[in-house]
Amino acid sequence: MEFLIASAIGMLTACGCYLILRSRSFAVVLGMTLLSYAINLFLFASGRLAVAAPPVLGQGSAPGDPLPQALVLTAIVISFGMTAVTVMMALGAHLSGGDDRIDMPRADRVPPEERE
Amino acid sequence: MSPALIVLLPFAGALLTMLAAGRGRAAVAGGAAAMTGLALAGLCLHVPAILQGQTVASRLDWLPQLGLQASFRIDGLGLLFGLLILGIGLLIQLYARHYLAPAEPVVRFYSFLMLFQGAMLGVVLSDNMLLLLVFWELTSLSSFLLIGFWSGQAEARRGARMALVVTGMGGLAMIAGLMILGHVAGTYQISDLLAARGAIQSSPLYLPALLLILLGAFTKSAQFPFHFWLPHAMAAPTPVSAYLHSATMVKAGVFLLARLWPVLSGTPEWFWLVSGTGLVTMLLGAWVALSRDDLKALLAYSTVSHLGLICLLLGLGTAEAALAAVLHILNHAIFKAALFMTAGIIDHETGTRSVARLGGLRRLMPVTFAIGTLAALSMAGIPPLNGFLSKELMLEASLHAPGIGWAIAATLSAALSVGYSLRLVRAVFLGPVRGDYPRPPHDPGAGLWLAPGLLVALVVLIGLMPDQAAGWLVRAAATAVTGAEAQAHLALWHGWSGALGLSALAVAAGLALLARRGVWQLPLPDARRIFDRVAAGVLRLARLLGDGLGNGSMARALAALLVVILACAVLAYAGPGQPALTRPMLPAPPVAVIGWLVLMLACLAMTACHRDRLLALVLVGIVGLMVSGLFLYLSAPDLALTQITVEVVTVILLLMALNFLPRRSRRGSAGARRGFDAGLSVLAGLGFGGLAWVVMRSQPELPSISGYMLRNSHALGGGDNVVNVILVDFRGYDTFGEITVLGIAALVIFALAQALLAGALPRHPVRGPGDHPQMLAVVARLVLPMTLAVGLHMFLRGHNLPGGGFVAGLIVAAALMAQYMAMGQAWVQDRNRLAWQGLIGAGVAVAGLTGIGAWLAGRPFLTSWHDKIALPGLEPFELASAMGFDLGVFLCVLGAVMLALDALARLARALRGAPGAKEAEWNS
Repeated sequence: MEFLIASAIGMLTACGCYLILRSRSFAVVLGMTLLSYAINLFLFASGRLAVAAPPVLGQGSAPGDPLPQALVLTAIVISFGMTAVTVMMALGAHLSGGDDRIDMPRADRVPPEERE
Repeated sequence: MSPALIVLLPFAGALLTMLAAGRGRAAVAGGAAAMTGLALAGLCLHVPAILQGQTVASRLDWLPQLGLQASFRIDGLGLLFGLLILGIGLLIQLYARHYLAPAEPVVRFYSFLMLFQGAMLGVVLSDNMLLLLVFWELTSLSSFLLIGFWSGQAEARRGARMALVVTGMGGLAMIAGLMILGHVAGTYQISDLLAARGAIQSSPLYLPALLLILLGAFTKSAQFPFHFWLPHAMAAPTPVSAYLHSATMVKAGVFLLARLWPVLSGTPEWFWLVSGTGLVTMLLGAWVALSRDDLKALLAYSTVSHLGLICLLLGLGTAEAALAAVLHILNHAIFKAALFMTAGIIDHETGTRSVARLGGLRRLMPVTFAIGTLAALSMAGIPPLNGFLSKELMLEASLHAPGIGWAIAATLSAALSVGYSLRLVRAVFLGPVRGDYPRPPHDPGAGLWLAPGLLVALVVLIGLMPDQAAGWLVRAAATAVTGAEAQAHLALWHGWSGALGLSALAVAAGLALLARRGVWQLPLPDARRIFDRVAAGVLRLARLLGDGLGNGSMARALAALLVVILACAVLAYAGPGQPALTRPMLPAPPVAVIGWLVLMLACLAMTACHRDRLLALVLVGIVGLMVSGLFLYLSAPDLALTQITVEVVTVILLLMALNFLPRRSRRGSAGARRGFDAGLSVLAGLGFGGLAWVVMRSQPELPSISGYMLRNSHALGGGDNVVNVILVDFRGYDTFGEITVLGIAALVIFALAQALLAGALPRHPVRGPGDHPQMLAVVARLVLPMTLAVGLHMFLRGHNLPGGGFVAGLIVAAALMAQYMAMGQAWVQDRNRLAWQGLIGAGVAVAGLTGIGAWLAGRPFLTSWHDKIALPGLEPFELASAMGFDLGVFLCVLGAVMLALDALARLARALRGAPGAKEAEWNS
């Protein structure tokens, strides 16, 4: 089981990294989603894996480690918020610029007083 | 008055001057002067105690873990500098009130000046090195602001920038040096540090620390080769030059040398570095001063020279020389401030500072003539003025230094000093009255000459009665510097001594120098050009590096980041201390293997087809589903619930966003680039997967803190679902922050949508929903009450069973979203009475108020309360105040998700109405 999780984390990371290195906004959003999965899984796994041991008291068996779960739970919600903001920004850029490239053209990087 | 309060008063004055804005120059200057005077009075109250050898201290722990204490201490040296800073500060404030034209931004000037005054007082009264460093940087910053006060002039801007770069750079070096010193001595308290001479001087870190500290002191006190910023700082208004750049700030460097004299001095390194630098600076500055045409430049170079002299004296390392240094710090501050103010008066009244255009002012400006001449004669070291005293002591000390060279150099410098001082008097005041002054000169009002006049009175007073006028102060300061009781008796007449002979020689040589018409110019390189060239080079390098890494392409920046992370990972994997992989593995049932296969394939497929947006979205949904399943299988029901509801909401949101985007995105990068990225990504995947493998297969090094939470969840939090209890109770503060962030994110989305709606709408084809399928509409309406009931159930049971505010909020949000999809945004928006922003605010408020409720019971914020409740007709149940907090979470999550969705929906509605929008099927 540990191998499955580790390889899944590896795959999610690799695909996530590849996608965020694209220069189109949608791919970056997808890549970030995959990366968040990878990181959430990793955080979760740092509490070590356990089967049939939910961290709920009074359920008989020894409960699992609740702390990574609490951390990951908030992380899931926050990454939703981040995705939503990114999507909105990508959308705004696309609608006002007519393009979904995320690179900044040189003209936008040079401060106004240094432009020829 | 507490030393801390004395330091704070000028800062309060800086605020006061701003409050007095609009009430005229007099009110502004008066406010500043009142605070300065108050601080001065407070300082004077301590004089008797300090003269008896006591020190006055106040101490406040600030960050004791870092060794940072807000501790202040006044000893003799601090007293001397404090009196100089506040006394001359008061006179400068009077002078500037009349010097600045009413049209100038007087408020800004005075508040900067007070800021500087507070910072400088902080430097000299701090008893903690870290605190001293903070104030030290503040003096550099306020000096920058004051030099650049006339920001319209290119010269002022350049001078300010140069001063900041040079002193700031030195300040950085000094931070490192003082940190080393504190590390070696084991304390950052200066008073404790001064006792650690042996430990510091025997440490191998002594030399690096010394070099770094000297770098800081030399840049600040304009020592060669960093002297060049000071003449350029003369672009500042003259009151600033008189205050910062002659009397106080430039003395900060020598102050530091004096402060650390007990622990750093006495070694050959100290002797040669400090005295050698001082010697070169002294001669160089004096020689250049001889030939300057601008009055202020002449004075600036003479300041450089005199600072070199003080440095030299401190470097000699004898108590006698240290006393001479302290006396000269006092004397130089007094006569040089007077000279600068005189130069300011001349500039003010004649309209020029050029020596070549002046002359003959003796008859036209007799008061200024008297003041300027006395101050200049003191600078030349002519008896019976105060400059003579310190020059005698300096010559005496140089005679006692090893080798005859020091005495020769000291005499030469004294001769040059006579030369440029008398040249100033001759060129400005003597000679025939000219007819071509830019303005007809006459003496200014008392407001301008009173301040230098008082200083010149001091020049004479100290010269005539040195022991009564200044001996007590100088002895106290010298005692503080050397650590041994200073006994010297100051007197004008020392008897026939070697020093007197050298002095006479110097005056004669100086007069001879004056008789020559021109002097040989030193072939000095133009420091400004070198500085500009170096600065431009550094800028080019920075730009090259910046453009190379961040050329505006996010992909490139991220790739660079990945490479760095990978390099760190390689180091970590190759390093020692790898944990043993001993933890036994769990068996993998077939269903887990199938789920794993689906996840892996979905990832690969998504990467391959990411340009087909809809397909990619479906695949991301599959991945999310598998991850949720994984959580469920691995005993994390809360995570599974959250993940799956977030997944639903995210996919809906992305679907709505896709509405506005073309179905396929274009290919963004070339083949080679994709290959490189793929290689990098595979490495990253291997690294992170490997890390996860190592973590899962090894035993934790430290016991988990979860044990505490598991044990106390029921007793303290009143709940059995430990994850939920952690969220709403143990780590409730985190959650509170988190829902706030989520709310802010939703508001950002809302604001972005508003901005887009307010702007010009695009003419892209937008696919919008056509007819809404009847089936979907019916089902969605049917399901709504049931989903709401499920949400309520999840919320209520959350404290004891999987569920809780997050999950409930997401479920309800998903149910409402289904209405948007089935009935259309318009239908829902027309029927919705809830303001989602309000819901977010209500959520944060409810959570916050629940937390504050704990205060009523005298407990810290967010302490929860719980009890068994028995209501008629119901079984007894446990109720915890944390439920109120969870309600806040629920409201905030619901509001945030719905606000984001609503923003997108409104955007879609508006775009559909926009010209050029093309209707297309929603579910095509």
